[in-house]
Amino acid sequence: MKKIITLDINHEHYEVAVEPNQTLLDTLRYQLGLTGTKKGCEVGDCGACTVIMDGVTVNSCLVLAMQAEGRQITTIEGLETKEGMHPLQTAFVEKGAIQCGFCTSGMILSARVLLDKNPEPTEEGIRRGIAGNLCRCTGYQKIVEAVQSAADGMKEGHQ
Amino acid sequence: MKEYSIIGKPTRNVDGVAKVTGEAVYAFDMTLPNMLYGKLLRSPHPHAKIISIDTSEAEKLSGVKAIITGKDTPGGKWGLWRRFPELCDQTALAMDKVRFIGEPVAAVAAVTEEIAHEALDLIAVEYEPLPAVFEPMEAIKDDAPLVHDDFENNINTTRHIEWGNVDEAFKNADYVREDRFSLSSQHHAPMEVHNALASYDKGSKRLTVWASTQSPYFLQLGLADALKMREGDIRVIKPHVGGGYGGKNSTMPDSVNAALLSMKTGRPVKIVFNREEEFTTTEHRTAMDIAIKIGLKKDGTLVAKEVKLITDGGAYTGLGATTLYLAGTFVTFPYKTPNYRYDGVRTYTNKMWSSSMRGFGSVPAVYAAEIQLDRAANDLGIDPLEIRRINAMTPGYSASGEYTVESCGILECIDKMGKRVKEKWNDLGEDEGIGFASFAYMSGGIFNWIDTPYAFSGAMVKVNIDGTVELFTQASDIGQGHNTVSVMICAEELGIGMEDIRLHPADTATTLADLGAWGSRETLMNGNAVRAAAAEIKKMLVAVARMKLGENIVYDLVAKNKRIYLELRPERGFSYYELVKDAIKQNDGEPLIGIGHYTPHNKGMISPAYGMGIQAVRAKVDRETGLIEMKDVLVVHDCGQPINPPAVRGQVEGSTQMGLGYGLCENMPTDNGLILNPSFVDYKLIRSRDMPTIELMEVPTYEPEGPFGAKEAAEATTSPGAPALANAVYHAVGAEFDSNVLKPEKVLNAIRAKEQKGKA
Repeated sequence: MKKIITLDINHEHYEVAVEPNQTLLDTLRYQLGLTGTKKGCEVGDCGACTVIMDGVTVNSCLVLAMQAEGRQITTIEGLETKEGMHPLQTAFVEKGAIQCGFCTSGMILSARVLLDKNPEPTEEGIRRGIAGNLCRCTGYQKIVEAVQSAADGMKEGHQ
Repeated sequence: MKEYSIIGKPTRNVDGVAKVTGEAVYAFDMTLPNMLYGKLLRSPHPHAKIISIDTSEAEKLSGVKAIITGKDTPGGKWGLWRRFPELCDQTALAMDKVRFIGEPVAAVAAVTEEIAHEALDLIAVEYEPLPAVFEPMEAIKDDAPLVHDDFENNINTTRHIEWGNVDEAFKNADYVREDRFSLSSQHHAPMEVHNALASYDKGSKRLTVWASTQSPYFLQLGLADALKMREGDIRVIKPHVGGGYGGKNSTMPDSVNAALLSMKTGRPVKIVFNREEEFTTTEHRTAMDIAIKIGLKKDGTLVAKEVKLITDGGAYTGLGATTLYLAGTFVTFPYKTPNYRYDGVRTYTNKMWSSSMRGFGSVPAVYAAEIQLDRAANDLGIDPLEIRRINAMTPGYSASGEYTVESCGILECIDKMGKRVKEKWNDLGEDEGIGFASFAYMSGGIFNWIDTPYAFSGAMVKVNIDGTVELFTQASDIGQGHNTVSVMICAEELGIGMEDIRLHPADTATTLADLGAWGSRETLMNGNAVRAAAAEIKKMLVAVARMKLGENIVYDLVAKNKRIYLELRPERGFSYYELVKDAIKQNDGEPLIGIGHYTPHNKGMISPAYGMGIQAVRAKVDRETGLIEMKDVLVVHDCGQPINPPAVRGQVEGSTQMGLGYGLCENMPTDNGLILNPSFVDYKLIRSRDMPTIELMEVPTYEPEGPFGAKEAAEATTSPGAPALANAVYHAVGAEFDSNVLKPEKVLNAIRAKEQKGKA
């Protein structure tokens, strides 16, 4: 039996009818058209479907849509502000930390939560922060550099 | 070196913003109105006759719109080796028997994916299991079951390569050694799984397919052969692709069955594999057993090499036959090999088939060659870098009839590596070691097994009245960044900005044929085509400028900074935009269109050019647990003129992750044909915390055959990781290996074996 719930995604409210076993990932992608959240394995191993829920990263393939009700969800589509792209998005482009791009959304959201918690991460801290996100293209090095560069830029911005 | 405006400058990826904002659309993301979801029913048997298939119960299920089995297909067979019809062995659905676990036997289209799944459970297939064969050495025996009835001893293809006088050279060698290696398969594991969306228009009888593919052209041909349709009635569009690495060259059952179901229902149909299907029913790296013999002089000079190998082909051909050829070629690189003999055999077995994967052929072959070379150096008392330097190819080196290497920076790479290692790693810790491995790979293949009548790459440039450019090319950006490279090359040639160019990539209906993104071919081959197309336009504009200047024919004009001007008198010239307007007006209003194409000629049998270099790995071995800690990696690299340096770096770093993964943890064990690790929990990729940092040093050369001197940069660096790691472990603790995947148990056993040997 479907149930109607309200989801708070990127500060917009969406009323959706969902099955009890329907994941947040499928709701985002197939009901709301937010295909920036990717699907790589459906069992929580790859991190491509990472979204931010109440300030914490989750694999949206492991979260039921119903569990997300009343929570604040941020997807990659919600990262830009009126001022433009998030410094992480800019840094990923500037540093060439993108190849195929399929892990990129999840990677950037994991990095965003990392920097929210720790604005001055070490290299090891960054590597730990994105350890749940698989990337098959980059060998991670430029991703680590992009996150570092975004952190440096954000720090300067605050001063 | 020549200073360019755009080439060689770090340049942002033209797709970057779309990819960081989630706007980039992959085939995986696409839906069409009224679309159905397709699913494939797969064989649980490695080898079995199909007695009957009963779909009646499934057809009754509400929401099921079509079910097809082998007898409902046009029966077209296909493969990439189209010049050899017997090697076109794939079918949409198994016709009479299944040859591997996971082979599709029926396809369902339904209104939801769940209903399609449910319908699969209602299809009853009666099988008669047949004896199966899983190992190549078993497969070639006379009494082995035949995977394909027409292939005696299960031999799919063979390859012989020979030059010089091998037997004589071995007789005269001071030192001869023979080693055997067993190399595993490896999965591409792209983040985006195989998927395709097919839409058949019953009115026009034309088909459009959006797919996660490395080659729209190969897919167009595969679909035409499978569906018995005209190529021109099939349009393949490649949206953004979430990784390929050699795994998306073949036409697979996703696109073919989506097309068949769309033709049957008249509605768009999408088939998406799940991750388990991706691991178990899509192609993977070719596993092989290699016997390799080398003869050297006392001073370390290589005089002869002989290689025999047998590959585990699995049930069909794919690009496995090419793999066999390339293994026999790149096992000689980048060393002068005056006398060489190679015999390779590819066998059919009852497993998912093996094919191309990044550095295909080369990766297992280089493992064997580079470890053996270290052993020989050790025996002869020669430094590992020195033995590589002694034998390194030099510019213009030619192996009789097979290949010629024009630009060749391997010596400089080795020298630079020697210096850097001394600076950076002069203080090794306990149980730490350094391992080296050289590498090389092609810049696109010369071979034409696909049997295309077209140029290997084509490009078209159309210039609008305001000077904006529409660049049409079928080249495939699958993440390596070729879209950016295409635009850079076009902009450089025309002397305009990248913002002036809109790219229209990878659509078979609107672009000129290009063989696709495999064999590191796009930069050189498609780059040459793009440059030639842009040069046509430049020629038109230069003619107009020359006329306006009224200048003597001997004066050269250049296109740079959005102007065309006299090279020696830069102030004398005109704006590019002005010249475009004049050219169109003068030409009776005809738009400016330039067409370029490229096909390699007179460049031997393999490739027009070769990227190369050397890698070093520093690793520490825990003698108690057998765990290897990869500390850091050095790469010295000759890719000719790098077009976009950050993209080159990305290729090197990513391929190194794959290469080290092959050395450390990536393989695909099977039990009676069943792949045992079809998930990211059990199939280990190196994650961010375990990936060592990589320092890349470029040794730029100028490749005369490449656009602006560029050549391969995408695949060669997949090869050295595994042998360099094994050589580092040998250097650290003396443990020797004859296979890849250095899991702790294997390392411990090797350390013990070495200790036993020491006592004996």
